Order: sequence, then C-alpha cells, then structure tokens
Amino acid sequence: MSDVIVVDYGAGNTRSVRAALTHLGRTSYVSAEPILIADAPYVILPGVGSARSAMEHLDETGAANALRERFAANRPILGICLGMQLALRASEEDGGVKCLGLLEGLAVRLDAPRIPRLGWAAVEPWGDVFYFAHSFVAESPDTVATSEGLSAAVRRGSFLGVQFHPEKSDVAGLTFLESCLSRV
Amino acid sequence: MPLARLIPCLDVAQGRVVKGVSFVNLRDVGDPVELAQYYSAGGADELVFLDISATPEGADTMVYVVERVADVLEIPFTVGGGIRSVQDASRIIEAGADRVSLNSAALATPQLITDIAARFGSQAVVVAIDAGESVVYTHGGRVATDIATVPWAVEAATRGAGEILLTSIARDGQRTGFDLILTEAVRDAVDIPVIASGGAGSAQHVADALRVTDAALIASIVHENPAGLPGLRREIEALGIKLRPLMERV
Repeated sequence: MSDVIVVDYGAGNTRSVRAALTHLGRTSYVSAEPILIADAPYVILPGVGSARSAMEHLDETGAANALRERFAANRPILGICLGMQLALRASEEDGGVKCLGLLEGLAVRLDAPRIPRLGWAAVEPWGDVFYFAHSFVAESPDTVATSEGLSAAVRRGSFLGVQFHPEKSDVAGLTFLESCLSRV
Repeated sequence: MPLARLIPCLDVAQGRVVKGVSFVNLRDVGDPVELAQYYSAGGADELVFLDISATPEGADTMVYVVERVADVLEIPFTVGGGIRSVQDASRIIEAGADRVSLNSAALATPQLITDIAARFGSQAVVVAIDAGESVVYTHGGRVATDIATVPWAVEAATRGAGEILLTSIARDGQRTGFDLILTEAVRDAVDIPVIASGGAGSAQHVADALRVTDAALIASIVHENPAGLPGLRREIEALGIKLRPLMERV
C-alpha cells in the first residue's frame, strides 16, 4: 500500500477525495510541499474552485514546478475536474489563465443546454456512468474518453485526467480509483 | 443532458433527522449519517440536507454532521439552512459538502449568490425557492414576499446560481404530484438545472416531473418506506425514465 498525496491549492474540498482513498485502504495526505509532490508514489490534483486562484496557489507554493518535474520523470498523476483542466495549456476561465501545460489543448466554456452540466452520465468507451459537475471542458487531442460528445478523460504520459468526480461516483468511481491506484 | 436525478431530502435539527422516517433495520433512525448511507445504497443519485434548527449551535452541529457524512458518502450532497454569508458557505463546503443551498439569505442579499459562486464555482450554489401562487415565500413558506417566482429564478441564475431547487408550497407534503406548470415555467426561463420539489406521492408523479425537468426531490414518499427506494427507482424506469445503473458494492 502506497501513500497518496492530494495536492492542496487552497480551494477547500479535499475531504471527499481523501474519504474515498480511505475507503480503498490508502493512506493520504493533503500537501503543497514540492518534495512530497515530486516523490510520492501517487499524486492526485483534485478539483474545486477557480482556475486562476488554483494556478496562483500552485505557483506560489512551488507545487506547479513539482508537478512538471513529476510529469517529466513519468510518475503517475491523476487530475480530477478542475485538476484535469489545470494540466492543459490554458483555460478560458476567469478571462484566461495559463495552466501547467502537461497536456495539449485548452479548457473552454461548455456549450450545453444547461450549464453547469450536473449529474450522472455514461463515459465512452469505458461504459460506466460517473458524476459530473462542470461549466468548462477540455478541448484536447489527448482526449481518451468522452461523455455526450464532450471530453471526459485525457491522458498523456503519466498524467491521467478526468472531467467527472470519481470520489462522488459511488461504486463506479471507487472502482475507477482502485484501478488507477493498483498500477502503482 | 445527464441522466435524471432522484434526490432524497433529509430535514435535520440539532444533528438529528426529524420528520417521521419509518425504519426497521437501522441502529439509529435519527442519525443523518446512517440514513444517508442507507439511501445511497438504495440508489439515491444525490442527497439534500436541510438544517431546520437555524440557531448558532445548530450551525456548529451541522458542520460536524457534514464532516461525518462526507467521510462515508460517495455521492454528491447539498446542505441548506442557515447559510447567510460566504464564511458560512465556506465552513459547509470545507467540511465536505458539494453544494450549499441558499433561500431567505439570497432574497435578502442577492450578492451572496455571486460571492459564493466566485469563490467555489456556480456548481456549488443552489438557490432554493419556496413558491406560492405567484410569489416567493420565506420562513418555511409562511411569509409572502412581493417577489415574483419566475423573475427571481432568472435573477438567481444571472447572479451565478448553478441550480434552482423549486418547491411548490401548495403541493409540499400533499403527495398529489408535482406542480408541473410551475416547474415548466421556471425551467423555460433559466438555463441552469432545476430540481422539482413538493408533491411526490408515487412513481408516476416522479416520472412526470422528470419528463419536465432535470431532477426530483423526494421526502415523505421515501421516508415512510426507506427500503422501498430501489423499487421506486425500478417503477420510475418502467415508466420510461432512464436513471443511472446501480453497481453492486464489492
């Protein structure tokens, strides 16, 4: 069993992610400490808040560079919702924010009948149904799964990012998290 | 659009579930955490907790309830009641709630909607509207305002609300079906999701509401027979509404 670092960027709700990890028998810590982020067996970049304040926080604490180093060293990172969008080149949110640039593509304002897009939706080609709550979405060539035609998961190198919230997706979400963690 | 959502609502006072929940196989019927887990296992898509105690002590107790719920629940949940400031909302969200629901405080200070949305995102802000014949009510549906329902819903959405929780006061607790006309009027006026509330008495009522809008709040229909939630879901699905598939816990 390896420890998981949940990256702290001052936006509040890391509790649900940690609760899901505890449920799966994993020990987790919330931290913005660059050394921990670079070296931990597994790192999760969670997702609540706004892109601008999240990036400012990651830059100030040195977590942004630690995430880039970690990515360059091919060590696994899971980005959730905003945490996935932060790995793109930039986001349209808050008038435009430069992001980590681990992935190709941008986070753009959703084009959907109702925004935010809230609720459970199938992710293809995986087949499972997960919980979404978002107003922005990735437009990325690194997209590996979609939901209702929208990017639902992106992958490049050791970074996997998902638009949905596995920690809020009941059994499907726990199963997904377990499959991510079982590889480390 | 994502799948239709079925959302049980729990009223909580001083950390205990109030209003008759009929129960057989729980250790503690009044414990919101146990009931939340039970409904989650039964197929709730989300939960709403309303703190009806509305006292400072009640607020502290609610934060503790939210923390305990967040530690065991793997579906989203909303918390309402007594949230009057960005700081109140922060405490609830940092304790693990996905969304806060604002009612009277949003009517008194509409800027509160904008301020909470700016900090936590629109998806974290629900505006609850208790609707009478044509105007919005406060104080649990007892005091009429001069604010018309549909324009208020539009203003809430414009100010940054991510969802409207629309309760028909006349239908609430009556189990005679949702007010579909009211629900449709609000749904057509806003471009954010709308939860229909008040009046669920049968699977047919819920299915009718879910044909009109994104989600339905249920209370007495499920509290009277909590073990009946999976069956209720199957009945709703048999009426042609697609809900999320439930996976076995391993």
